[in-house]
Amino acid sequence: MKNSAPRREATSRNGTVRRFVTTILGAVATILAASLVIFAGLSVAPGDPVAQLLGAKATDQARANLRQDLGLDDPFLERYWHWLTGALHGDFGVSLTSRQDVTALIGPRLATTFLLVAMAALLVVLLGIGLGVIGGVGARGRAVVSALVGLGIAVPSFVAANALIGVFAVKLGWFPTYGSGDGFADRIWHLTLPAVALSIGYGAYVSQLTSAAVAEESEKEYVVTARGRGVPSGIVLRHHTLRNAIMPVLTASGLAVAGLVAGTVVVEQIFAIDGIGALLIRSITSKDYPVVTAVSLIIVIVFVLVTTVIDLIQVALDPRERAKS
Amino acid sequence: MAVTLAAVGDVTRRRFAAMGRPALVASAVVAGALAVLAIIGPWIAPYDPDATDVLSSGQGPSARHLLGTDSLGRDILSRALAGARLSFAGPAVIVLISTVLGTALAIFSAWHGGWVDRMANRFLNVMFSVPGILVAVLSSAVFGAGFWAPVLALGVVYTPYMARAVRSVAIRERHQGYVESLQLAGMSSWRIGFRHLAPNVMPIVVAQGTYGFGTALADFAAVSFIGLGVQPPQAEWGVMVSDGRSELLDGALQQSLVAGTLIVVTVIAFNVLGAQLSTRSGGRR
Repeated sequence: MKNSAPRREATSRNGTVRRFVTTILGAVATILAASLVIFAGLSVAPGDPVAQLLGAKATDQARANLRQDLGLDDPFLERYWHWLTGALHGDFGVSLTSRQDVTALIGPRLATTFLLVAMAALLVVLLGIGLGVIGGVGARGRAVVSALVGLGIAVPSFVAANALIGVFAVKLGWFPTYGSGDGFADRIWHLTLPAVALSIGYGAYVSQLTSAAVAEESEKEYVVTARGRGVPSGIVLRHHTLRNAIMPVLTASGLAVAGLVAGTVVVEQIFAIDGIGALLIRSITSKDYPVVTAVSLIIVIVFVLVTTVIDLIQVALDPRERAKS
Repeated sequence: MAVTLAAVGDVTRRRFAAMGRPALVASAVVAGALAVLAIIGPWIAPYDPDATDVLSSGQGPSARHLLGTDSLGRDILSRALAGARLSFAGPAVIVLISTVLGTALAIFSAWHGGWVDRMANRFLNVMFSVPGILVAVLSSAVFGAGFWAPVLALGVVYTPYMARAVRSVAIRERHQGYVESLQLAGMSSWRIGFRHLAPNVMPIVVAQGTYGFGTALADFAAVSFIGLGVQPPQAEWGVMVSDGRSELLDGALQQSLVAGTLIVVTVIAFNVLGAQLSTRSGGRR
């Protein structure tokens, strides 16, 4: 009996470490597997990089030299390895259309996309959790929030985007219809409508989950008891209900942020924002595969990173998660 | 991770499910009507959906053109009706692919249990963490833009959702007395799987398929919208929202509004119907 407590403590700590390690290894494996699939897929895609770079009039000798330089005739695994080691050093090759370094193309656009995702994430968390708490506490609020959420989940970002442009940009003239803007304030102004369009669906998800978690927690005995003993409802909400409902809310918010990153592929296109999402679509259309490969990999990495961090937070905060290993 | 991701959907579904019988009837009527429209739409369209008429372009609703015309003078009502077919065909094939793959995977792993089930589960978890829209877009890059590239990709992306829903029911059925009796009677596992397990997981398959249809329709339309799915001038709702995007700048909202509303109404109808069916199918509640 005396020994059992420290031992349990030790196994629990071991469990945490093991969960951390397996989660991180799993994430690395997922990224590697994704990189292989993406590279393999795009290497069989139609198009001839040599013709794209040299044009139709190049001599056979020039073609052969370039093929040699790009390593196009090497075996597949050798090409993949070459690309992978380059990518690990931040070298994603050369764009076939602009002939710039892919890394130089992506850098500034990544900043734009991150700003857009950050703004949308802020909206998702504020709106999602705000509406969720309102919907979780009272019956009247619940009906209204449920209706809003049911609608929000069903409105795809590109449909919302058209409605927002039609009303707030064209009819009212409050916001620009497209572009990414120059300077910080102008950028925020340009990215507001896109951020709203992007956040509607995920905001609805987060508020749905928050209201369910809050409602579930409010019905628990300790909350009912606290209220019965006359503790003011605001204190019960802040100190008890929300604190225990935070885990699913955190998870949903994290997943929403991961989803926002992929969602930029659609939304940037609509608002002609010069981020990596629009760059991806443009490069697909022009068969600029080095860029396509690099951007897809970056999106996958961000996606896996975010979901992995949520997993790790869950393991760190919730003792029940540790036991699962 | 995957469990939590799917749990988000579950909560929504529970809310929809709690709305009761009127919601079931209403959503079934709307979804059914839209499905009928998708079949007969091209035949009842008042005009040729691709016929341009520059002289009557960009008109508002009138007796001749009930929903007005687009910037090329095409009748918006006709394009919406004709476009319903491709808009529905996409998600229909996506759901079909994910159902076949997901159900087979779920029954196979539930049947063998043990390490097979664990491996399948891990595989599904990895697949859950793949962003669907990215896969669809890359598929268009590899196989060329059009109807099939995104549809095949999304069919695979939706597989884990179906597999996860079916797996829990399949595991429960696996341990029912009738399975053991059939095994003792000498029936092969293939036969039990196909003739007995598959029909018993059907209700949850139908519920999940209905729910997934709405989301698949929105995703497919999104790919067409960005120009990598159905190609204009073919009529499809995502293409229509895209066509409507340039008309917005001239203050013409009709085309965006019509196609956008159709997408939203369809997604809501199938979401609610799927949730209602899933509570009535004895699956997860």
